[in-house]
Amino acid sequence: MTFWYGSRHPVQQLRRELDRLWSGFAENVGHMAEGAWSLAGRGRPPVNIWEEDDAVRVELEVPGVKADQLELSVTGQQLAIRIERPSIEEPGVTYHRRERPVGTFHRVVRLPVPVDTGRVEAELRQGVLTITLAKTEAAKARRIYVSGSG
Amino acid sequence: MADDSGVSKPVVEEASAEQTRAAACYRPHVDILETADELVVLADVPGAAADSIDVDFEQGRLTVHARVPARQKEGTEFWLQEYGVADFHRSLQIGEAIDAAGIRAEYADGVLAVHLPKAPSAKPRKIAVRAG
Repeated sequence: MTFWYGSRHPVQQLRRELDRLWSGFAENVGHMAEGAWSLAGRGRPPVNIWEEDDAVRVELEVPGVKADQLELSVTGQQLAIRIERPSIEEPGVTYHRRERPVGTFHRVVRLPVPVDTGRVEAELRQGVLTITLAKTEAAKARRIYVSGSG
Repeated sequence: MADDSGVSKPVVEEASAEQTRAAACYRPHVDILETADELVVLADVPGAAADSIDVDFEQGRLTVHARVPARQKEGTEFWLQEYGVADFHRSLQIGEAIDAAGIRAEYADGVLAVHLPKAPSAKPRKIAVRAG
């Protein structure tokens, strides 16, 4: 059994099957608290999640956000992310365009594999937040590679 | 959104050439602010380094291009991929008269700020009224 899928896979039938598999272990819950990422056409702060040998990485683009405006917590297999992007109001300033989302954003991501909650690192660089969650030993051992050219 | 904020004149318009740009670029979100002395364009270009951002101003058109390197190894399979990573590009036509020599840009935390000082003719002037 393979647990990965390419996001660009063209075959809808396979897609449905993968979606079914996906929903079993990577249920994603996300909502906005206040403010609106949707101001810019996005419903909630988007995430990318991928797996490396020893860790799961979760990445979000959070331009303009400082480290103290981020709150992360890991409970079991769930990662919660809270992002503050305050609106800056200055007297004497007229806005001609205002596309950059402001407000408080909240996202909860269910991780695909068990992680060691004591070994979570987060790096904020050039407006990109990368959270590295070390897999548990059991999770590392569970990965089964299937050989073949498919 | 911001366009219904009661602005009566088109200080900034999307430059038309933008449509012809290669689809491999993302259009960054921008805020455009005006104070008495300048226009400020804020653009979200996360993942770019300061030295990989080009800012050009020519004939009233401000063009920003930020090169963004891939952050994953080639062939990475995502568990969840909700956004793509590629260069950012945007072009804006500035309707206000700008002092081009005074334009400066700074970059911090994934946000580019371009300061466009108004040309003296475009600045509001207080006209003293003399008693006759």
